[in-house]
Amino acid sequence: MSASNLQIDSKGHLRHFLSISGLSRQLITEILDTAESFAGVTEQTVKKVPLLRGKTIVNLFFEASTRTRTTFELAAKRLSADVLNINLTQSSTTKGETLLDTLRNLEAMHVDMFVVRHADSGAAHFIARSVAPHISVINAGDGRHSHPTQAMLDIFTIRRVKGPDFGRLRVAIVGDILHSRVARSQIHALNLLNTGEVRIVAPRTLIPTHAEELGAHIYHDLRTGIKDADVIIMLRLQRERMQGALLPSEHEYYELFGLTEEKLAVAAPDVTVMHPGPINRGVEMDSEVADGPRSVILEQVTHGIAVRMAVMSMAMRRKEGATQ
Amino acid sequence: MNAPENITAILDRMAEQLATHVSKLGDKIPAMVGIHTGGVWVAEELHRRLQLSEPLGSLDISFYRDDFTRIGMNPVVQPSQLPFAIDDRHIILVDDVLHTGRTIRAALNELFDYGRPASILLAALIERDGRELPIEAAVVGQHVSLKPDEHIKLTGPSPLRLEIQQTA
Amino acid sequence: MTRASRQRIRISGGRVIDPANGIDDTLDIYIAKGKLVAIGTAPDGFSADQEIDATNRIVCPGLVDISAHLREPGLEHKTTIATETRAAASGGITTLCCPPDTRPVIDTPAVAELIRLRAEAAGMARVVTLGALTRELGGEQLSEMAALRRAGCVGMSNAGRPVTSTLVLRRAMEYAATFDLTVFLTANDHSLANNGCAHEGRVATRLGLPGIPEAAETAAVARDLALIEQTGVRAHFCRLTSGRAARMVARAQFDGTPVTADVAIPYLYLSEIDIGDFDSQCHLIPPLRTVEDRQQLRDALQRGNLSAICSDHQPHEPDAKSGPYPSTEPGASGLDTLLPLSLRLAEEQRMGLPELIDRLTRGPANILGVPAGTLSVGARADVCIFDPQRTWVVDSNTLVSNCHNTPFYGWEMQGRVTHTLLGGRLVYTSI
Repeated sequence: MSASNLQIDSKGHLRHFLSISGLSRQLITEILDTAESFAGVTEQTVKKVPLLRGKTIVNLFFEASTRTRTTFELAAKRLSADVLNINLTQSSTTKGETLLDTLRNLEAMHVDMFVVRHADSGAAHFIARSVAPHISVINAGDGRHSHPTQAMLDIFTIRRVKGPDFGRLRVAIVGDILHSRVARSQIHALNLLNTGEVRIVAPRTLIPTHAEELGAHIYHDLRTGIKDADVIIMLRLQRERMQGALLPSEHEYYELFGLTEEKLAVAAPDVTVMHPGPINRGVEMDSEVADGPRSVILEQVTHGIAVRMAVMSMAMRRKEGATQ
Repeated sequence: MNAPENITAILDRMAEQLATHVSKLGDKIPAMVGIHTGGVWVAEELHRRLQLSEPLGSLDISFYRDDFTRIGMNPVVQPSQLPFAIDDRHIILVDDVLHTGRTIRAALNELFDYGRPASILLAALIERDGRELPIEAAVVGQHVSLKPDEHIKLTGPSPLRLEIQQTA
Repeated sequence: MTRASRQRIRISGGRVIDPANGIDDTLDIYIAKGKLVAIGTAPDGFSADQEIDATNRIVCPGLVDISAHLREPGLEHKTTIATETRAAASGGITTLCCPPDTRPVIDTPAVAELIRLRAEAAGMARVVTLGALTRELGGEQLSEMAALRRAGCVGMSNAGRPVTSTLVLRRAMEYAATFDLTVFLTANDHSLANNGCAHEGRVATRLGLPGIPEAAETAAVARDLALIEQTGVRAHFCRLTSGRAARMVARAQFDGTPVTADVAIPYLYLSEIDIGDFDSQCHLIPPLRTVEDRQQLRDALQRGNLSAICSDHQPHEPDAKSGPYPSTEPGASGLDTLLPLSLRLAEEQRMGLPELIDRLTRGPANILGVPAGTLSVGARADVCIFDPQRTWVVDSNTLVSNCHNTPFYGWEMQGRVTHTLLGGRLVYTSI
């Protein structure tokens, strides 16, 4: 079954949210619009709505991530769902068999939704294919493949700052594209919204083969790559990349690819700087940029909750409808 | 079926009735809340006529509907705005059409999420048959009898007009 | 090795294709005492106990499969020698070669003996073994190759496990050459492969799957070719996946290096694209590569630089294939589809039927150095008879292997075995 069939029900509604690829521009826009509504909710004094009252959402994390799990948990709670957090390290479920066992056990507890993070690419697809039909699966990051809610919150943030016309935007994504599920999802989403130009900027060791076919122009020099850029998205650099002989040192990376006020001068005057967090200050960018007026890093975090509320409520919505 | 009258006349009459209710409150100042979208238009008219000192509040009850999982929600939901404290406040809740009562139920739930009002009084521009919940308006602009397949809809905001439509 | 039949059999009216003897003609075949006694004209006084009408069918030597994991000993929950040799017989395969990565590995004569005895007891196909090139396939110490050879191992292999030290590999080759043993190599630089699970290309980039670059194969071929030339060992590359590696081997063959190579069926029909949205049935190691590679492998097969097609049979129970793609076990079940998929090349690659059958019979038999893959008079009567027109669909009803993990599930096949004879004994019939 293809991803598009898996994610969308026969009426074109969101069933699971696994990857940006396979979704239509219309659906992406609907997610953004719905998130806009929830952003209103999260800004009011009463931040909670009863949409998913009585539903049980399980955060099934096979890879530790306090930040992502927290925003999903908060989103679920603001929708009045009951939330269960389950953290399973890779070691306790290395085989598909036990993963299936885990799913069956949770299904038996009448769960309505799984929010899944896993170190293996394709894990969310596997789980979506394996669960009972009434359960929705939201991908909270699978291997290097996809992290669609992060991409959507980034797009949401860009739309709020720059307006809905992506056609006039130049967006540069800087950093470890090779290992980044976030970058893959962002590139997909930006292209779906007909972004004027998507660029990726990194040394060759951190760019996957045939990356241009993802829909991005490749740059190896930061200044050229961010020249006249309207949006710059800095990716987090994992420290273990130094061990894998992908980079010589953090120092050299910062010299070449770290974002500073001085380098930022070549970008568009009203450039917006983003980062999915957590930032390695002095590696991906210096504090002056991270805390500066062009940075929307904290807005991204805030928007993450509204976007996740939107995706969760949209995926949950179709169920009873499907049975009528 | 009786056709709706001139809206201005209805609104004037409603304002009169509401003024009586407000006067009974003495020195306690009520707050008015309209329900998106038509209820807000009606409330704006009534608010102006009553010259209430508190700003007008608005509720979008999309997130509180009981049929959400069946029909989903409008893509863009306006945030509710209640620019005053709800606790111990006398609230005048305004909607355009009172039909099943479910919208009012959702609005009451949302109001209670913001606090504990002293009282809530319901005012509806149009009241029609078909109640599914024990909810009645204290102030009604006009009662309209409709066939089950007919719908009455308020368009606006200027001018405000009532239309009767056949359900597809 | 297998019980010979006393029956006298005449196979009549079939199109006999025997590449080893250059035969492609409608002929009768006469079998007695488990051997082929005549082709064409009946020997004096021959009276058949049994007659097999092969009209409109093709009669060829029983197929020789250079790589089939039978999972016994050690992984009998997947398959056993009995279940899989039965699948082989129904697929027209009469000789199977089993790699040494059983549990325990084939690094002692006892394990090789055990497999031989189990196969004889089952009596459905000949099973030959490759011995472990290094002890426990650890890549560090030499195995007792002479003893393994005495126990029947036809060659030495490290079964895809790394021999990281070039020095150890050089010595293993030299030692094998001492006993005239062929070394079977899996060209995969493990360090470059870096725990990848898909070809490093467009699909892996899109799906975010850890990639295995083509260079993991070509770098290993280059290193191994240098050592083959240095040591003069007879060597065979198992399951090449890239066009570039096939060309490197072709060049070495042209230069007179004693090296052969094979290709497994999935790599002739599938590519990275078939992974689709994480289809674990296409999780193979080495990985499925590009559409261009697939074509270049077909070309190399046609030219004979790749002289054998194998099933690379790797049966798995459903659980092993059920999980996130990178966590699933690699490999596909292949005995059932070896013949019909090979036959497809006649149309898709315009290969002659005799050429194709050569890659399934004489080619692999020569690589293994076993007396099989021919219909010569006096040879053991291992014969495959198939109906080239009969179609069937790969599904749980038609698959005979105990495991149904095949990327070809649901495909329509043309060509179905009707009879398989092993040493003159009918081990499979389907009318």
